[in-house]
Amino acid sequence: MLKVEDIHVYYGAIYAIKGISLEVSQGEIVTLIGANGAGKTTILNTICGLIKAKSGQIRFEGKEITGVATQELVKRGLTQVPEGRRIFANMPIYENLELGAFLNKNKKEVAAEIEKVYDRFPRLKERKNQLAGSLSGGEQQMLAMGRALMSKPRLLLLDEPSMGLSPILVKDIFSIIKELNQQGTTILLVEQNAKMALSIAHRGYVVETGRIVLAGDAENLLNSSEVKKAYLGG
Amino acid sequence: MLSQQILNGITLGATYALIALGYTMVYGIIQLINFAHGEIYMVGAFVGVFMITVFQQGLVVSLAAAMLACVIMGVTIERFAYRPLRRSTRLAPLISAIGLSIFLQTLMTKIKGPQPIPFPHVMEDALYKLGPIEISKVQIIILVVASLLMAGLHFIVKYVKIGKAMRAASEDYDTSALMGINVNRVISFTFAIGSSLAAAGGVLVGLYFNSVSPFMGVTAGLKAFCAAVLGGIGSIPGAMLGGLFIGVAETLGIAGGFDTYKDAIAFTLLIIVLLFRPTGLLGRPIQKKV
Repeated sequence: MLKVEDIHVYYGAIYAIKGISLEVSQGEIVTLIGANGAGKTTILNTICGLIKAKSGQIRFEGKEITGVATQELVKRGLTQVPEGRRIFANMPIYENLELGAFLNKNKKEVAAEIEKVYDRFPRLKERKNQLAGSLSGGEQQMLAMGRALMSKPRLLLLDEPSMGLSPILVKDIFSIIKELNQQGTTILLVEQNAKMALSIAHRGYVVETGRIVLAGDAENLLNSSEVKKAYLGG
Repeated sequence: MLSQQILNGITLGATYALIALGYTMVYGIIQLINFAHGEIYMVGAFVGVFMITVFQQGLVVSLAAAMLACVIMGVTIERFAYRPLRRSTRLAPLISAIGLSIFLQTLMTKIKGPQPIPFPHVMEDALYKLGPIEISKVQIIILVVASLLMAGLHFIVKYVKIGKAMRAASEDYDTSALMGINVNRVISFTFAIGSSLAAAGGVLVGLYFNSVSPFMGVTAGLKAFCAAVLGGIGSIPGAMLGGLFIGVAETLGIAGGFDTYKDAIAFTLLIIVLLFRPTGLLGRPIQKKV
């Protein structure tokens, strides 16, 4: 579904991604794990067209998407839940959700999608007229995910959904990710919480300073001594 | 007497508010003080004059034409003078804006000469008595047009899709793009709206003071800029409130005998307000929750 081939990305003068290739097949959860600053977010932002790669190729559903504008990718079924949630803090919850379906001109359909999000995250319904900035971290994460779902993506990129959340909430969020995947959304998940990520993913890649150092089935990675030593605390 | 001055102040303030809206909307979305905005207002006034004198059009058509001309001008300016500098330092587009401002003033001076020209006679003015206050037909026109435009703007920003996209983009470009919003288009639209309001302000002020000049955008622009900052830069209701506030204060100041300092009143007010409310009357401090 998604095929990234040997991309090189610079962040200003910093050589951030030094030739990364990865693949996500339809129906999978694939996770990118690695330490802070390894380049995981940069990879996602490059796929989404928010950053331009210096060289390399990205294909989505067989078509080249390198250099295609972000909003165009949303139209084609690819979007991202960004790191740190990035909800529109000064807008109420329902407007955040409406914006998620910005490209959908059918108002009835949008209203129905919003109801679906409310069913999935009942907390959002209770607070739909509240400003998004007043939500707790966990609620903001739910809103960010709900908002991304509004565009009915076939491939959803998730950047650190567990960041700053309590262990119980992390569990909730991950079970929702799993559920989304079972309902047909393909997922590329970036996480620092390697254990959680590998426990729901089919496959994983380990990223270190702009390179992929390990790749394989999630289960194998979870049991590999290198991953255990570096990311799972021994 | 006081109520008469307040009415005059509100009329003047309504025109400041129309210009201030453009500053605040553009700042809200690209964090740029568009110093060429006063010149857009000036060009708007001249297009109005041109339509009335050359094409013999009435006020409504001339106003619409001025607004349309400035929409095109505003969008073009953004496209060629600001967009290429979007990813550079914040000072670069600011310098570009100042350059444009000087360019437009000089260009209009070349075309029309530096002297103010009278606004052409477009209709008979009349004076109506409302109890102790007198209101002129021109004042009524200004108040009605300004109210309609501001109500229209409020409607667009609050309820129309592109307005919601504007609010989203003013919070976060990248995330807006992830919603499927074409941020460049939203920025163009913001310039279009801001410029059309300034053009309307230009025509109305020309009509009110019966004078149009290539330099009319300088003071009016600065005062409207004060109004926008005083109201809270980035806040649309703030710009409306700030405009009215400065208009009324200025008129009362003149009536109170400070007419020599007429143009200083706006700036003095700005300093005083910012001392007590650094974010302006309705401005919000930037808050981020992580």
